[in-house]
Amino acid sequence: MSIDLKQDHFSLFGLPRRYALDETALEAAWHGLQSQVHPDRHAHLPDVDKRRAMQWATRVNEGFQTLKKPLARARYLLELAGVDVGAETNTAMSPEFLMEQMEWREAVEEARDAGEVEALEHLHMRLLRHARDVRGELARQLDTDHDYSQAADTVRRLMFIEKLQHEIDEALLALEG
Amino acid sequence: MALLQIAEPGMSTEPHKHRLAVGIDLGTTNSLVASVRNGIAVCLPDESGRSMLPSVVRYHADGSVEVGQGALKAQATDPRNAIVSVKRFMGRGLKDVAHVETMPYDFEDGPGMLRLRTVQGVKSPVEVSAEILRELRMRAEASLGGALVGAVITVPAYFDDAQRQATKDAARLAGLDVLRLLNEPTAAAVAYGLDNAAEGVYAVYDLGGGTFDLSILKLSRGVFEVLSTNGDAALGGDDFDHRLFCAILERAAIAPPSLEDARRLQMKAREAKELLTSCEEAPVHLRLGSGELVDLVLTRDEFADMTRHLVQKTLTPVRKALRDAGLTPDEIKGVVMVGGATRMPHIQRAVAAFFGQEPLTNLDPDKVVALGAAMQANMLAGNRAEQDDWLLLDVIPLSLGLETMGGLVEKVVPRNSTLPIARAQEFTTFKDGQTAMAVHVVQGERELVADCRSLARFELRGIPPMVAGAARIRVSFQVDADGLLSVSAREMSSGVEASVLVKPSYGLSDDEIAEMLKSGVEHAGDDMMLRALREQQVEAERVIEATEQALAKDGHLLDAGERAAIDAAIEHLRTLRTGSDHRAIKTGIDAFARATDEFAARRMDNSIRSALAGHKVDELEL
Repeated sequence: MSIDLKQDHFSLFGLPRRYALDETALEAAWHGLQSQVHPDRHAHLPDVDKRRAMQWATRVNEGFQTLKKPLARARYLLELAGVDVGAETNTAMSPEFLMEQMEWREAVEEARDAGEVEALEHLHMRLLRHARDVRGELARQLDTDHDYSQAADTVRRLMFIEKLQHEIDEALLALEG
Repeated sequence: MALLQIAEPGMSTEPHKHRLAVGIDLGTTNSLVASVRNGIAVCLPDESGRSMLPSVVRYHADGSVEVGQGALKAQATDPRNAIVSVKRFMGRGLKDVAHVETMPYDFEDGPGMLRLRTVQGVKSPVEVSAEILRELRMRAEASLGGALVGAVITVPAYFDDAQRQATKDAARLAGLDVLRLLNEPTAAAVAYGLDNAAEGVYAVYDLGGGTFDLSILKLSRGVFEVLSTNGDAALGGDDFDHRLFCAILERAAIAPPSLEDARRLQMKAREAKELLTSCEEAPVHLRLGSGELVDLVLTRDEFADMTRHLVQKTLTPVRKALRDAGLTPDEIKGVVMVGGATRMPHIQRAVAAFFGQEPLTNLDPDKVVALGAAMQANMLAGNRAEQDDWLLLDVIPLSLGLETMGGLVEKVVPRNSTLPIARAQEFTTFKDGQTAMAVHVVQGERELVADCRSLARFELRGIPPMVAGAARIRVSFQVDADGLLSVSAREMSSGVEASVLVKPSYGLSDDEIAEMLKSGVEHAGDDMMLRALREQQVEAERVIEATEQALAKDGHLLDAGERAAIDAAIEHLRTLRTGSDHRAIKTGIDAFARATDEFAARRMDNSIRSALAGHKVDELEL
């Protein structure tokens, strides 16, 4: 058996291929792998070893980042299952969801224009809870129902939510100077 | 008392195998060099017992160069040729530097980086810094009794790519092999964490002479993971001095001072600042060259008042770093204070108030960075056993992006990503038959290209003519563990590899470095050939030793034929090593690397497999 750079992230980290994640195990595997491959471990070796170490350490970090972030992990699982999330092309969302999005966005704009830090922070917290609920749905669709087309839909919803969260954070940042 | 030779667990018991490596804190105001001796990191002092070397370089008319105390003393009498705080100019253009109008230098704006006109001609900040590093290298070699295999050089965590590259160039110019550029707060965390067996989440508040960093690290079982870092690469103790200097000018009501008088007043301001750390009042008494007398008293409260905005300015990066790490101040277990400027009582009070706890000041804030760097250098040089090693996972401080239409930035690598990291982005042509494309790489958090630092401009040529939007140009970023970026680009759809023209918008070209190396070596009176030979011999020794260790450990990965080939390659390189032609040794080392490439690959696979199995390699062998 040969291990190569193209191996999927779950097997690289020795984790089951599913959405639900043991974060402690992921982090331990990350540290374990970096302890072997990090360039600092190969600093006293010839250049060829150092180059290889950097490639591997880069690969391990990429895998860690993908598995750690729930949205990235879900997108990756769908990619492995051959389902195209179609973030750019497929924007057909349910009217309810789009309405909800508009309401959120208006609330953010209002609070931002009025310079209301507290209102923005409140929105931030509400959106965090909402995102958690949506991630719950996603876990069920991916791990229990194996309904990938529904999951792809949920992933797109989560992407909207993250974008909105980012806008709130930017607005807060701007208000704080 | 009998002296026993006791080796720390994991340290080589054969003293002759100990590779000489140092950590260097290249500071704005002072620089230090440290090394691990008998398992303990110590700062190496000069002949008069001082470990701090003032980061001042003086160019004399007779062609000689003076570094340190002597140069510092000359700054009032020869301000144009005695360069202080050169770190502020590293990788910076004239427009990037604050208060240039009050500086006594004769600046010249260069491409990307400013230059200084001295009595010895035009000098780049890289050359000036190299003089400081060379001085420390010679101190270390004299003190340790041999040539160094390499050095870990510390940089502010918030240094961007241009400043890091400039630092690495300076080290190269000083004849140092850079094992690693290490972020100053991370170095401090290593020294603190290892000394105190610390576990948990810590903040490092590092206010140096010219830079401010705040890093948040998670320390757990030998892993130092930087969660986030933020800072201000142009804020430091110097700014507090400058504020005092301005206050003295206002208060003394004197005519605009001459260059010499200004420099003397600045020195007085610094003395007053240091005095106010321990005293309530500091007198300023100076007869100027103009005959005017400055005679006044500054109090600690006045000083705190006039610099309150500077202290507040440090708290903004603190808040940003906490937010990026997703933490609140009360989740921080301890705050490590680094840099001489953190001795100021009102800074300690502000930090204590923000975090709701007294900061940790049990380390010497001037030395902790150099000591941490020395520990890291000792490990990187391979002086420790693998199972005792720790692991540093550091981050990139500022996002990397590409210029898109309308002068906007498209972020490609977000700040606080763990290093090393690689990212690729695809672009396309917007005109039919377009055969070339300009790529502009920037660093920073702002949305407009004009507000970020320009790192490099590429021109991608030889794209096969296609309709608009059909070409797929893939631009790849790779940031290494030092935080240094390399970029490559290729056209994907046609399979044709297009040529890439890399044109750094900052720093020095390889030719410039080569030229400086030549003149630098001549100036140091060194024999360049001899030095090159010694370097290649050390390198040959290093690869032979590394390979022999690998054979001892992983020899079972080779069959008899492969083993014989590697043994023969070792013997061949050993013979070459004793020769006197450094080029032949270099060629031999390259050939050796090719001969052992497959073995290295197998060992890496093997170690990854064992990491997966949850075992360390050494455990498997028991």
